[in-house]
Amino acid sequence: MIDANTFIGPYPFRYVPHPDPDVLVRVLEREHIDTAWVGHLPSAFYRDPGAGNDALFDALSPYAGRLAPVPAIRPDWPRWEQALASVIERGAVAVRAYPQQWGFGTHHPALVELALACGESGVPLVLTTRFEDLRQRHSMDTAGDLPAATVRALARAGARVRLLVTAAGRALIEEVHWGLTPEERARVWWDISWIWGPPEDELAHLLRTIGSRRFVFGTGWPLRLSQTPRANLDLLPDELRSPLAPLGDAAQIPARSA
Amino acid sequence: MVEPAPRTAPLAGSEPLVDVHAHFLHARAGRRDWEVPNRARMRAGERIGITVHIASILGTWGHTSPVYFPSPRDVTLGNDEMLAIQDRDAQRVRAYVTVNPNDTAHALEEIARCAERGAIGVKLAASRRADDPLLDPIAAAAERRHFPILHHIWQHRTREWPGQEISDGADLGRLALRHPRVAFILAHIGGGGDYRHTFAAVAHIPNVYLDLSGSGVDRGMLDGAVRAVGARRLLWGSDITMETGLAKLRALEFVEPRLDAAGMSDVRWRNAARIFPAGTLPGVPAPDAQPAFAGHAR
Repeated sequence: MIDANTFIGPYPFRYVPHPDPDVLVRVLEREHIDTAWVGHLPSAFYRDPGAGNDALFDALSPYAGRLAPVPAIRPDWPRWEQALASVIERGAVAVRAYPQQWGFGTHHPALVELALACGESGVPLVLTTRFEDLRQRHSMDTAGDLPAATVRALARAGARVRLLVTAAGRALIEEVHWGLTPEERARVWWDISWIWGPPEDELAHLLRTIGSRRFVFGTGWPLRLSQTPRANLDLLPDELRSPLAPLGDAAQIPARSA
Repeated sequence: MVEPAPRTAPLAGSEPLVDVHAHFLHARAGRRDWEVPNRARMRAGERIGITVHIASILGTWGHTSPVYFPSPRDVTLGNDEMLAIQDRDAQRVRAYVTVNPNDTAHALEEIARCAERGAIGVKLAASRRADDPLLDPIAAAAERRHFPILHHIWQHRTREWPGQEISDGADLGRLALRHPRVAFILAHIGGGGDYRHTFAAVAHIPNVYLDLSGSGVDRGMLDGAVRAVGARRLLWGSDITMETGLAKLRALEFVEPRLDAAGMSDVRWRNAARIFPAGTLPGVPAPDAQPAFAGHAR
């Protein structure tokens, strides 16, 4: 199993306990998770994430095979295409982008270009809906949640685009999914880190209506408790706990073979 | 592929587990599917291993008056529905009486009426700020009956939000200091806002207990709660996201500072047994009992 939504590094707006790769490896072992896709949390708040990518590759290098780097590429930065090629060459399994933190509007052409370039290179583009609950944000944290329109625009950009959207809730997922054609929907995956379980059973609802193949395991560590998505799966109604309807994992997302 | 865990023993172990913050719906709450989440709560509760759900209904959940400003008629309706659920499932459900302090006479009548019918605590939502003098007669009524008060809290209110007159830990702390013999349950530290503000605001007030419920599962939140008030003032609950409740139970095994078995028991059930009227929680031993259990989460 892959945890498709983890980070290392500190968060600027609150203290996060030991967000370090060796701790993440111990958490994976404790939670019986094989590997993690790992981003560099401070990079979301850097104007130029390049230095953060270097730090990410360096920090993860002792854990190759267990922690897979997901660097950030800012597509309105000069020579971003070379930066993308470089991180793929260095072993990136996916690429992160933070349109909200970088001040991109919904239809920013550079973001579309990045999604297309990632698709052509066979790596998914990972988008983060939110890092924290809207109700607790720092007064300087004004980025706002990822809009559904941004995801729809990227999903429509091209046939080879592959998107993984993390930390979304039911409303965003449904607004995107049912606002796309069947072909476009097949380009979008969602992690389950922020989908509610019982008594509203929103995860169960989404698995029934959209299908389990569009959802992957993700925790949001180190910002969120790693135990939450497993607890959510453990509390699914009986018919969804059947081996016939298992949750997929990030390995389903076509990467280099796209 | 991610396979779910095999279904055997309760996921959170066989030691008693009290959910101090649960809710139910009813037929006049504006949702045709109102029975579905009620059943889902009991299904998930059974799987987790919840011994007793202590629950409230806030009027008609906004259908005929606002959720956090329920009319007297809706308050009574919601309480009647809650007591009916308790009557139907007496081995697993206990009721709070919900009141709106703006209608003081009605609130006091409801507390008396519902106590007579078996309610075991008072639920205050966000109809009036927690330190308002209108809450004093409510607190006095609770004290006479040895009822704890579960108070809806926004963890650090920095401004007004629509739909509720929000209170934070500092507001509730002022009320708690005026009523030192009443146990106040500060609702859902994971329910939105800055819980670290709450920890600082109430750490020194011994009759304020923190309920761990809410959708928020920030790492560091549980550690901070344990550090701020200790295991003796923490209560487990789920509110409207039971998966986060289960996750927090599991995470409590790894908080820093570590909780020993006695501390885990405090959080799971013993503190609840201490603050609710004696003998009112079915399946839960007296707080000073030393029962042998098969263990908790994992």
